[in-house]
Amino acid sequence: MRVWLAAMLLAFFSLTLQAKEAVPLAQDEAVEKRLVDISSELRCLVCQNESLSGSQAELAYDLRREIRTMIKDGKSDQDIMNFMVARYGDFVRYRPPLKGSTLLLWFGPGLFLVGGIAGLVFYLRRRNAAIKDAPLSAEEQSQAERLLTGKDSSQ
Amino acid sequence: MNRFLWPLIGFVVLVVLLAVGLNLNPGDVPSPLIGKPAPAFALARVDAPQQSFSPQDMRGKVWLLNVWSTWCVSCREEHPVLVEMAKDKAITLVGLNYKEVRGDVEVDADKLTPDAERQLALERAGAWLHQHGNPYSLSVLDLDGRVGIDYGVYGVPETYVIDKAGVIRLKQTGPITPDVFSAKILPLVAELSK
Repeated sequence: MRVWLAAMLLAFFSLTLQAKEAVPLAQDEAVEKRLVDISSELRCLVCQNESLSGSQAELAYDLRREIRTMIKDGKSDQDIMNFMVARYGDFVRYRPPLKGSTLLLWFGPGLFLVGGIAGLVFYLRRRNAAIKDAPLSAEEQSQAERLLTGKDSSQ
Repeated sequence: MNRFLWPLIGFVVLVVLLAVGLNLNPGDVPSPLIGKPAPAFALARVDAPQQSFSPQDMRGKVWLLNVWSTWCVSCREEHPVLVEMAKDKAITLVGLNYKEVRGDVEVDADKLTPDAERQLALERAGAWLHQHGNPYSLSVLDLDGRVGIDYGVYGVPETYVIDKAGVIRLKQTGPITPDVFSAKILPLVAELSK
């Protein structure tokens, strides 16, 4: 009986210990989740094809630390984004804001698509117009029929 | 003739775009700090750690802030150019020693106390300047790279030209070469010093 009691108490306390440890982790999780959300939107300037969230560059660690501190200080996502853009420019954002210098970036692909379709339509129309709709002569007609029925006398 | 004209034009345009695009340096990201006041800081001097330096102290002077470190390979390449530059009386160089200990992969900075890190950084920076020559009027210690972040440093060495009003006028990312110095920096400093 005593052994069972001891075992149950042990099990109970180990559970509470685990629960105590989990609390700060859960709090951190919210911060970490926001950190990942924000840093996924940001480019690491050292290795430019990586996001700040995934980069192993030293500067990325430093910037994630900065962002973590700002989150804990209660800064909004917009504040953090402004902080990064003020230091590294619009290039740091994977989705740069729409403004004069980024118009071509945002609408360039659409322009290319429209231009390509317009060029294709123009070309096809001109080609259609170039094909003359001339009827066959009687000689050509009979030659075509011979070819189609396989009774070509020339062979 | 007409059949080949448009594909030819398309090809030429593509070649021109590729020629321009491939010759651009993707590491050279335009700094948003150009035309903005140099971010303020107060950091300990390498030569006199009890004293601090702030960009405010340079008001009325045209000066260059050069970000360097002893672990940075390109800085080693740049250093002789800086030593040569410093012989010119028009040039005032201030060094920002960036993450001297933490930035070095060979040192485990986590095991050091803040005091030990600072002491080690002072020793390393001082020894390096003693050995290779000191082009700087003074250098300051940015141990955790926090000031570097304010200046948008992402690849050491970097150099900022700051005017008499304390406004950043030029940023050079990567080492200063003799060409960059004579073509970009020297004319700008002369212009700003008028």
